[in-house]
Amino acid sequence: MDTPGGGAPPVIRIESVSKNFGAVPAVAGVSLDITRGDFFCLVGASGSGKTTLLRLIAGFERPERGRILIDGEDMTNRPPYARPVNMMFQSYALFPHLSVADNVGFGLVEERRPRAEIRDRVAAALELFDMAGLSARKPHQLSGGQRQRVALARALVKKPKILLLDEPLAALDKKLREKAQLELVALRERVGITFVMVTHDQEEAMSMASHIALMRDGALCQVGTPRQLYDEPQSRFAADFFGVANLFDEAEGRTVMVRPEQIAVSRERPQRANVLAAALTNTVFLGNAYVCHFALDGGKVVQARLSPADMAALGALATGERVHLSWEPAAARVLTS
Amino acid sequence: MSIVAGEGRGMRRIVLGGTAAWLALFTLAPFLIVLAISLVEARFGVPPYTPLFEWGEGLWPAFNGTIANYLTLASDPLYLEAFASSLRIAATAALITLIVAYPMAYAIARARPSARSGLLMLIILPFWTSFLIRVYAWMELLNANGLINVLLIKLGVITQPLALLNTEFAVHLGIVYSYLPFMVLPIYAVLERMDWTLLEAAEDLGAGPFRAFWRVTLPLSLPGIVAGWLLVFIPALGEFIIPDLLGGPGTLMLGRVLWTEFFSNHDWPLASALAVSLLTIVLMAAAFLYRLLQRGEAAS
Repeated sequence: MDTPGGGAPPVIRIESVSKNFGAVPAVAGVSLDITRGDFFCLVGASGSGKTTLLRLIAGFERPERGRILIDGEDMTNRPPYARPVNMMFQSYALFPHLSVADNVGFGLVEERRPRAEIRDRVAAALELFDMAGLSARKPHQLSGGQRQRVALARALVKKPKILLLDEPLAALDKKLREKAQLELVALRERVGITFVMVTHDQEEAMSMASHIALMRDGALCQVGTPRQLYDEPQSRFAADFFGVANLFDEAEGRTVMVRPEQIAVSRERPQRANVLAAALTNTVFLGNAYVCHFALDGGKVVQARLSPADMAALGALATGERVHLSWEPAAARVLTS
Repeated sequence: MSIVAGEGRGMRRIVLGGTAAWLALFTLAPFLIVLAISLVEARFGVPPYTPLFEWGEGLWPAFNGTIANYLTLASDPLYLEAFASSLRIAATAALITLIVAYPMAYAIARARPSARSGLLMLIILPFWTSFLIRVYAWMELLNANGLINVLLIKLGVITQPLALLNTEFAVHLGIVYSYLPFMVLPIYAVLERMDWTLLEAAEDLGAGPFRAFWRVTLPLSLPGIVAGWLLVFIPALGEFIIPDLLGGPGTLMLGRVLWTEFFSNHDWPLASALAVSLLTIVLMAAAFLYRLLQRGEAAS
């Protein structure tokens, strides 16, 4: 069972859920528990089924098989408007004809809250996102970052049990996106509810999530913490998806993975179990590190990532120079598929 | 670059100038003639009205204008009734057209993109036959021995034929039938470019399908509704053929009154005054709805 955390009952339980679009399976027999208070990332390439899984949780799609439980309650046949979840859309989906305040208050009006309560809660939500001064604006009068915050305020003002985020940062430029990543993590800690985020960006998932589910072809590839996925990938796909992986095929179809930063480079043959002779093909300077590519005798290319200190200790390396690559046995990860 | 821009400007001038000349020649000039005729009196002769200006002894021609025709229109209950019932029939017919057209436009906008052009074609297709023939066809369908009555009697729903033709019902039917595409197309145009994620957002925030429609789809389609309303209400207001062929003697609409004044009573000045009054109402309605439309556009 893919149960991150264990112990406490999960806030979302997905039981062998399948969803097809025509003849194409979008989600195929996925079972997944998400722990309360988690920042959970669904990550995968486009077409991996991550967005469909999110939409199944939101209720925009109905599964053909399986069940979805939220807080122990079966939600499978409940429409989106009767589920204790709110979604922040990739396009933000702000209502163009309504002001910022009316956008944020939209869900509270549907709950038939008293007017005064709506006003106060909208004001508090806008305050939380530093948008108090812009409540009378229309969405088209806002910047991209402001729209993103209105969308967040609108989804959170109803105090959902779960906030669903569909590529929430995709529309922001790079600088703004890095800031927004930190803000989202801090926000989750402040509001205390479970966040489930879809992203195609592995770095974004690694830096934000407490748990990640890697999806491929509608199925879960691997579920775990960012460290588990990076250090202990179970498959070639997972190893390649998160960061760079040097893969070595061994006997009996086994594959061993070593991350570039685990590979030591030396001129002398070191006293280690895993040593390979190689020739330097090129070096790329990244500022905080050097990425070196080596060719093994069979022609296979291996990547090593060296810190400037390592590089200085090694002395100048010439292209074509023969060296020894080695790693600790613990750094090698045997992949099962 | 500058040469191209200069040529573009020259081309622009020609196109705009041509349009302006066309409008001046075929819209403004006839309107001014009608306005002039509405200010004089009817008489026997050719032309059947008195001249607006008369060259006499002085340097300037004498102005013979009078607003008597407008006073006649304002004082004779017949004309006021015609105005009132035209406004009423055009408004209710436009409303019914809206109610019929909206679901059609919605369905086409939500259909598969490959199916949309075919469905739109079905909406436009009747326009390939003459308007007059289509209204005549309704006469055949609606009369006492027409298809509808015969069918209903055969089915035993009724024993006596229903009086369908020459009623206000038939006029409404004719207007709704004839002007339906003018309502469907602008509403479709607005719905077609609507972002349907907005409906998901509304549902996500707790709105059921009806509430989501009421709070999101309907306000966002208002520009289309207003445009469609303009395109149906205004021509329906001055409609002549439909009330003449499908309406009974009791159906009083401006188009018919105008025709009677012009061709039966040969009172060109009064008919012109009617036409000018109708145009004024139309312009006022258009200006009002245009304002509404602009407000809707500012919102989206």
